[in-house]
Amino acid sequence: MSILEVNNLRKEFAGLVAVADVSFAINRGEIAAIIGPNGAGKTTTFNLLSGVTDATSGEVRYDGQVISGLKSYQITPLGVVRTFQNVRLFHNMTVMENVMTGHHIRVKPKMLTAAIRLPKFFRQEQITMEYSIKLLDFVGLEEKAQLMADQLPYGQQRLLEIARALATQPKLLLLDEPAAGLNLKETTELSRLIRRIQRQGITIILVEHDMELVMGIADRIIVLDRGQKIAEGTPEEIRNDQKVITAYLGE
Amino acid sequence: MSQILQYLLTGVTVGSIYALIALGFTIIYNTTDIINFAQGEFVMLGGIIMASLYRAFHLPLPLLFVIAVLIVTLVGMCIERLAIRPVKSGSIVTLIIITIGVSIVIKAVSAMLWGKDAIPLPSFSSERPVRILGSSMPSQSLWVIGVTICIMVIMTLFYRYTRLGKAMRACALNKVGANVVGIDVRKMSLISFAISAAIGAAAGALVTPIYHAGYDRGTMIGLKGFCATILGGLGSVPGGVLGGFAIGILESLGCWISSAYKDVFALAVMVLVLYIRPKGLLGK
Amino acid sequence: MFFIYVQKVFWESSSELLLRKQRSVKKNIWHLALILLVALLPLVIRGSYSYLLSLMVAGGIYVILVLGLNLLMGYTGQISLGHAAFYGIGAYSSAIMTMKYGLSPWLAFPAAIAITCTFALFIGIPTLRLHGPYLAMATLGIGIIFTKVMIAWDTFTGGPDGIYGIPNFSLGFTAIDTDIKQYYFVWLVAILIFILSYNIVNSGIGRALKAIDSNETAAEVLGINAARYKLMIFILSAAFASIAGSLYTHCRLFISPQIFSFMLSVKLVTMVVIGGMANVWGGLIGALILIAIPEFLTIISENWQGINTTELEIAIYGLTLVLVMIFTPTGFAGMLAKIGLLRKQKRISL
Repeated sequence: MSILEVNNLRKEFAGLVAVADVSFAINRGEIAAIIGPNGAGKTTTFNLLSGVTDATSGEVRYDGQVISGLKSYQITPLGVVRTFQNVRLFHNMTVMENVMTGHHIRVKPKMLTAAIRLPKFFRQEQITMEYSIKLLDFVGLEEKAQLMADQLPYGQQRLLEIARALATQPKLLLLDEPAAGLNLKETTELSRLIRRIQRQGITIILVEHDMELVMGIADRIIVLDRGQKIAEGTPEEIRNDQKVITAYLGE
Repeated sequence: MSQILQYLLTGVTVGSIYALIALGFTIIYNTTDIINFAQGEFVMLGGIIMASLYRAFHLPLPLLFVIAVLIVTLVGMCIERLAIRPVKSGSIVTLIIITIGVSIVIKAVSAMLWGKDAIPLPSFSSERPVRILGSSMPSQSLWVIGVTICIMVIMTLFYRYTRLGKAMRACALNKVGANVVGIDVRKMSLISFAISAAIGAAAGALVTPIYHAGYDRGTMIGLKGFCATILGGLGSVPGGVLGGFAIGILESLGCWISSAYKDVFALAVMVLVLYIRPKGLLGK
Repeated sequence: MFFIYVQKVFWESSSELLLRKQRSVKKNIWHLALILLVALLPLVIRGSYSYLLSLMVAGGIYVILVLGLNLLMGYTGQISLGHAAFYGIGAYSSAIMTMKYGLSPWLAFPAAIAITCTFALFIGIPTLRLHGPYLAMATLGIGIIFTKVMIAWDTFTGGPDGIYGIPNFSLGFTAIDTDIKQYYFVWLVAILIFILSYNIVNSGIGRALKAIDSNETAAEVLGINAARYKLMIFILSAAFASIAGSLYTHCRLFISPQIFSFMLSVKLVTMVVIGGMANVWGGLIGALILIAIPEFLTIISENWQGINTTELEIAIYGLTLVLVMIFTPTGFAGMLAKIGLLRKQKRISL
């Protein structure tokens, strides 16, 4: 069974059709990419998948369960998490604390336990701290743990957001333009990181503009144009697809 | 029958004031996104300045009216310059708190300057009440309603046909765009405060012969004007006017049912609107 | 708190945890200092300064109110211009239950909390969906409606004259009726609430709150139900207000609607803002500064005839509010944090 099934997903905004009856399926353990020219509906699709926006019609199934119509905070405990195109870190916390916040739903801290400092509180904090340090190490940010989140340079902020998302222990990770604003070296690092994540058994879907990155790591590519899916296949197939080339006007 | 008419007439009179206050709120909000809590104090100041000047100097009323409006306009501009302009990273809540602070200061300073007793002002025309269909209302009410209509008309013409008016509308629609086109958004902010202060002062001066001026008159009336704004829809000029009259009439009729809870009506309407349809009747 | 300190010492540490232990020792010193100061103050104040003691009783009550509002405003980014209403509901519930229904103050106290929290629940659900100015105005409207209803519903609440003759709390055979007993009682509660707030803020819950404040959508994407947390904090802050209300009722033995007015809500917001919102110490500082002002003014007015001090006091509140918001939106605690006297409560600290 696919980990994610999208059936006739449609999103209309007061007359404008952002996503038009899109269907696709993602297999477990895959790295899939959604590409397309600007305005194709890629981020809207992500918003629909992650519960940030409600669909006009159609359904999304995760692990067989219908998740379209659920709010994002209901979807995440099931194992789906996303990052944002414009990195949304918590500026009022440290790097470490940002990641720890990601771990929140797995630990489920309670107010009373915290308020009167029961032993359980200390155990939970210790677990979360150790886990977060491991994740920061995984993305290469361990030394920066005590800095305020907005003190990081842009490229590392992206890494932080990924680490934070990983703290939710997802099975499906949605990365929204993770390479945006990164230089060549950072993009290569990102590519390696994504492979490392895949090796942990996590399925990944990327929305991306960076063709080299996409062609390099995607197992499968889905192409959207003006809200519709115009092609789907391996990088090879997509590279040669006439419709895709036309949509990008000579890419 | 004449009882209902009585309440309706009172409602329309008071509603005119609320409509003017709502207009003041909307002008500032549209240009700057700020909810100017001190709007009610402009009304209070207009009335109290005119009344105290009359008490001291007995000058002709039209002259005093103009003086009072000018003074309050100046106050409004000072507020914009001193309290609003310097705020660097103004979150909306910060600015709201600032205008609350300003309104507190104005009220307290007024109490210190003029004491706590009410100051009367004679009607602009005769003291005899006007009779309409068996009900009577103070002749001042005609002034209130009449001048309100005039101000509405002037403002509509201003927005539609003058360059400045169009510039302010542009600001309301899209600040960044307006900036790009060369409109000085900060100057617009100053002007919007000036206009709102003037309108507020006019409203206050108009209504003082009926309700008398006092340092504490501003708070509730400003609040109810804000209720009118919310009812009509934040950001909508016709909405504010509609809301003003609606609240005025509602309150008046509500008084009929129970005068103890008089002030609660307007507030309850506002809270309900916020819960059910925050955009209000005509809001964007 | 000693328990906390002991636990920390026996933790395994990575290099970070060691650093943190150092910082937390410093923080515990501040906590201990606070407790010592509060405990010893009455010994210092004697004779002609005993009036200060009664002032400090009021101070302690304000601190509890401000701590609650601080949690609301500083940690989920909400604003309430009607917080005095919950204070009033708690106070009136306590008063009416003891006077009309003959309950002992010790029973009325938790019952009042339950009543206030129920109100907070029903008010919170629709209100907290609003943001920014809409939220501010809704809370303002509710606060004023409450005051007006308290005045108008005189058969139940005693109307504008209020309720008097309320019994004290009593402990065994002694009633908590003198200034000094009330001082220790109120400040004991205040310090407990301070510690509770502090613990909540420096925990996973605190992080969730800060996340909601920083970026609600991002927090939700991590699985945090923002609406639920906002409501929780709203109810908690109402509970604190109710506690303050009951304390007031059974210490002053008289309440009236004027006490729980819009002006008080504004003062509370001022205290939170001046103290510095995202900081538990801020609440404490803000409350104390604003209690000091009227006293300061009384001293001035004794030397300077003809100035109406009540109005001047109000004018100064307003002015302080404006100036603080213009120049230091992070309040006094923020300033102290920049100097290094207080650490910004942005880092995790245990």
